[in-house]
Amino acid sequence: MKKNLEMREISRRHALGMIVAAGSVVATGMPAFADGAAVASKIKELTGSKSIGEGSIELDLPEIAENGNAVKVAFSIDSPMTSDNYVKTVHVMADGNPTPDVASFNFTPAMGACSASTRMRLAKTQNIIVLAEMSDGSFKQAQSIVKVTIGGCGG
Amino acid sequence: MTKIKPRVKVPSKAAVGEMLEIKALISHPMHTGRAKDKKGNKIPRKIINKFSASFDGQDVFSANFEPAVSANPYIAFPFKATKSGEFKFTWVEDGGAEFTATKTMTVS
Repeated sequence: MKKNLEMREISRRHALGMIVAAGSVVATGMPAFADGAAVASKIKELTGSKSIGEGSIELDLPEIAENGNAVKVAFSIDSPMTSDNYVKTVHVMADGNPTPDVASFNFTPAMGACSASTRMRLAKTQNIIVLAEMSDGSFKQAQSIVKVTIGGCGG
Repeated sequence: MTKIKPRVKVPSKAAVGEMLEIKALISHPMHTGRAKDKKGNKIPRKIINKFSASFDGQDVFSANFEPAVSANPYIAFPFKATKSGEFKFTWVEDGGAEFTATKTMTVS
């Protein structure tokens, strides 16, 4: 009797595994996604091939997002935010979505600090790239990977 | 269709020099132009593509949204209180329709 029960357990687990595997085949069958190259050319276009610095950008992204339809994205950038030294624009990009752009934010010194938070759609596991343009024309970049369980593809 | 309704959270009172967090949300489906309806027809793209905030007529913050921004777009940003005044928030939809909200704040 006990043995019988165990066998049933295994076969149920096995069946579940097969469903998950089938699901991932469907997911990879989706066409036309942006990739690293699309983001790289976008960055080149924005920066005019200027060199990009690192650091002072703090990202707040989940490691794993269960629902790709609404993934929190927040960042803060260490800046005095005075009229001659402030963060002008911040671009948020994703390299695994149908298009690389997510949103861009325009800051002014009146804000007193540089940070923002919103929610985005992610089609699959991918890198989130944050590119900041300073008032002196220099650029800073940070990136982080978000693992997506169920994509917010809307397809 | 759901009604498009903005909601904002701004403290009504603040101290001079205080750092505030302003939160704004608008109910909007943010159609990406990729999803299909039940009959299999493509739903045309219709999103809120721009959000902007001004204080006493001066622009303080704006954001450009792409279809990758979630439905009911939410945005939070910092603001340093220096004087009393009125916030005005504007959302622009594809096609040019505008939605606005205002909030006054007393700073002492």
